[in-house]
Amino acid sequence: MKRFFQRSYLTLVLLFLYLPILVLIVQSFNAGKSRAKWEGLSLKWYGALLQDQAIMKALYVTLTVAVIAAVAATVLGTLAAIGIHAMKKRPQSVMMTITNLPMTMPDIVTGISLMILFTFSRIERGYVTMLLAHITFNTPYVILSVLPKLKQMNKHTYEAALDLGATPTYSLFHVILPEISPGVVTGALLAFTLSLDDFVISYFTTSPMVQNLSTLIYSKARIGIEPTLNALSALMFLALLVLLLIVNHRSSEPQKAAKAAKSI
Amino acid sequence: MVESMHLIDLNGISKDFDGTRVLNNIDLYIRKKEFVTLLGPSGCGKTTTLRIIAGFEYPSEGKVLFEGKDITDVPPYKRKVNTIFQKYALFPHLNVQDNIAFGLKIAKVPRDEIKRRVDRMLDLVNLQGYGKRSVDALSGGQQQRVAIARALVNEPEVLLLDEPLGALDLKLRKEMQLELKNMQQRLGITFLYVTHDQEEALTMSDTVVVMRDGVILQIGSPKKIYDEPANAFVADFIGESNILRGRMVRDELVHFSGYDFPCVDSGFGENTPVDVVVRPEDIMIVGEDIGQICGTVQSVLFKGVHYEMMIDTGETTFKVHSTIMQPQDSRVGLSIVPYNIHIMKATDDPLAEPANEGGEE
Amino acid sequence: MNRGLLLPSWTLWALGAGFVLFVALCVLAVRKNHGMKRSFFASPYTVWMVVFTLIPCVLIGYYALTDAQGAFTLDNFANFWDSNHTVNRMYKDMGPEMSVLIQRGTVNIDILIYSTWMALLCTVICLFMGYPAAYFMTDRQMKQGSTIVVLFIIPMWMNFLLRTVAWMTLLEDQGLINQILRALGFSGAHLMYNNGAVLLGMVYNFLPFMVFPIYTSLNKMDRKLLEAAQDLGANPVRTFSRVTFPLSLPGVISGITMVFMPSVTTFFIPRILGGGNTMMFGDLIENKFLTENNWGVGSALSLVMMVLILLSLSVLRKADPEGEGGGLV
Repeated sequence: MKRFFQRSYLTLVLLFLYLPILVLIVQSFNAGKSRAKWEGLSLKWYGALLQDQAIMKALYVTLTVAVIAAVAATVLGTLAAIGIHAMKKRPQSVMMTITNLPMTMPDIVTGISLMILFTFSRIERGYVTMLLAHITFNTPYVILSVLPKLKQMNKHTYEAALDLGATPTYSLFHVILPEISPGVVTGALLAFTLSLDDFVISYFTTSPMVQNLSTLIYSKARIGIEPTLNALSALMFLALLVLLLIVNHRSSEPQKAAKAAKSI
Repeated sequence: MVESMHLIDLNGISKDFDGTRVLNNIDLYIRKKEFVTLLGPSGCGKTTTLRIIAGFEYPSEGKVLFEGKDITDVPPYKRKVNTIFQKYALFPHLNVQDNIAFGLKIAKVPRDEIKRRVDRMLDLVNLQGYGKRSVDALSGGQQQRVAIARALVNEPEVLLLDEPLGALDLKLRKEMQLELKNMQQRLGITFLYVTHDQEEALTMSDTVVVMRDGVILQIGSPKKIYDEPANAFVADFIGESNILRGRMVRDELVHFSGYDFPCVDSGFGENTPVDVVVRPEDIMIVGEDIGQICGTVQSVLFKGVHYEMMIDTGETTFKVHSTIMQPQDSRVGLSIVPYNIHIMKATDDPLAEPANEGGEE
Repeated sequence: MNRGLLLPSWTLWALGAGFVLFVALCVLAVRKNHGMKRSFFASPYTVWMVVFTLIPCVLIGYYALTDAQGAFTLDNFANFWDSNHTVNRMYKDMGPEMSVLIQRGTVNIDILIYSTWMALLCTVICLFMGYPAAYFMTDRQMKQGSTIVVLFIIPMWMNFLLRTVAWMTLLEDQGLINQILRALGFSGAHLMYNNGAVLLGMVYNFLPFMVFPIYTSLNKMDRKLLEAAQDLGANPVRTFSRVTFPLSLPGVISGITMVFMPSVTTFFIPRILGGGNTMMFGDLIENKFLTENNWGVGSALSLVMMVLILLSLSVLRKADPEGEGGGLV
């Protein structure tokens, strides 16, 4: 009885979460354009996808920004984590406060503050500014994924490498990086997905000429979303699902998967 | 065995961490092929001394010489010393043989020679056939052996060992003590060993350096340190002792515990207050009538090889070790032969607290 | 808004090149420096954060405290309390609530109260929905607990704007729910463009952020504690109220933070599901900047929001002093 209750409760909550997604996927196969009416099964929106210049451009922007921002944030964040880890207590806590600041700040304030910065310094908003903004909000997440791995590390391992004749650079690449690599991978994936899904910060740091998928969807939400966007989302959802399964396979712990999947 | 040439010299080394002085003006030399142990309670600066020699810490003052050359500014990866860390610090992403080969690969030793030397090391530390194993799959003792092999394969001039046996259980520890000592003698490598375990220090070393609060209290052979501790702290830290306040009556006669004991020390001056150290095994239990002093047995503890009895003489309570048990509450006589009474200049500082075992500084 | 430095367009690229050079110099410095100063590795990040986080924050403060001529003023905050003259044409075509507010002339403060109220409601609903879910997932008999965690994550892999828009399909007058209701013989209802729809969208979007931290803190709890409590004679209800719940508190607090923060600042959910009838604090800020181009008031509003959030965070930190929040990060 207790089990039945627990299961039905969880099923209901999950149903609540999945209902819109099901609707969305079903719509992407709808032959008609109307949201409410079912006019038969069709793949035409998937075909139309490739023809749609705006969507393809937004997809290109989204993916390239996500990849470049993830790579840059991972390099910057991993180096920073190593540096912060080696710091003494006081500078370390200052750095952690700076790292936590953008995570505490609401997205809208982050977005607006960056918009002010770019306008103030007369930098035209567009692709590069969006990229810079994405690197900025991604890096703290990388640091927070890498730091625990560094803390777990035997503090003498790095010294052991130096002791055996390895230069600091060699030790960094051959001893520290291999050991913290799970954290680095988690951080990179986290950065990639956060970047892929970001709307608020992109919205304030780009121009209407350069749109990513989120801002494109937002601009069309009031007029009505074309089923092509649904088709694209369904495809991306599928791709990410596969990625998640791979990550989950790598580390079967749910916590890691949860981390890898998404945070704030 | 031990050559007389100095291999390492520490000249006036001091070290401050955030304004606290952890090492104060350390002077120490280590000769070739010598087994030197830094011994002291946690926080005494022994590990810091080791890390300064390894190059992980810079001294705030002073110089480190290696074969007479100043190496104070030489980074660790250019020093001809290797370290065995407390918790081994093996590289978890490498298997046993890659761990051992790490230093050789960096030194660009040819591949076939690496293989040969790694195999020889695996033989030396009794880990034949373990080469491909992951280091996480090894027991503590085996990891310890890998750490030793990883350091020794580079044929260092000096091997620095930072409480290397601290994580092992007692039996394994004793075995490894012997093995390490054997290895050191066979390979003729200088060992600088850090421990807080006085027994370990006495068993293995040629020279023991007793440290406390960042200063060296005494340097000497294990026997000298045990028999002639420089002060009450060393006496208390090395083995068990009865440490008493006394007074020199005149040369070769000392007064403590209400009796004038003949002794072998002289030159303190009449009526000088002194510290007297008597080892529990050096107090003989004799008949009540023939003892120098008399006391009542307060408690008896069986300690395996001997009995430990606390004997109250009215003025003092002596700890006495004997293989013959005296029943509780019985009256006994106590007698101490002159050369077993160790007399040291009285220190102002209240008698040393027993050193707390374990831990890391 | 013509205040600002006059920088040529190649500034960005020059800055970028300079930054790369700087990173390279740092790595070189570390190589030269015996590897003792690994903390140098953090310097590129430090520079980055100063340029892209600290300076922007200072700029918000600057705009909030100056007028169009750049002179010091508190008017932007005064506007916040009495916003009569900041009300302009764009609010006129909004719903009845808004016109009442405009008449009272306290748009900003009322919107702040309204947003906080909505965010609180959303947080409470998420807590009451999410806690049992997390609790059931950690139940020992629930062997698929970790699988269910993944099931909670997967929806977040779909663009959240699209997911929110998908609710329109379900809620609109000709939508799925109304069709089902009518098919069952009930009369249809207006489900969209009201507070309920906005609240639903918020709960839908932020529920997982409540479930994960609670699940984490429940999951890492030592089961032996529960056995000990039972052993000491506590019944299940007491065991929960005296042991389980207090121990999961860090997760609850982290969850509350992670739900309250984004919901008080959201602006796309009320736009889409509220249809512009309701306006939340996020919308207001966005409006000031992008529609009215009034940076002073917009910055002041952002500052107020930051203060509000920092205040609520510090209150929550007090309840969870170790800050181990058990969250995802």
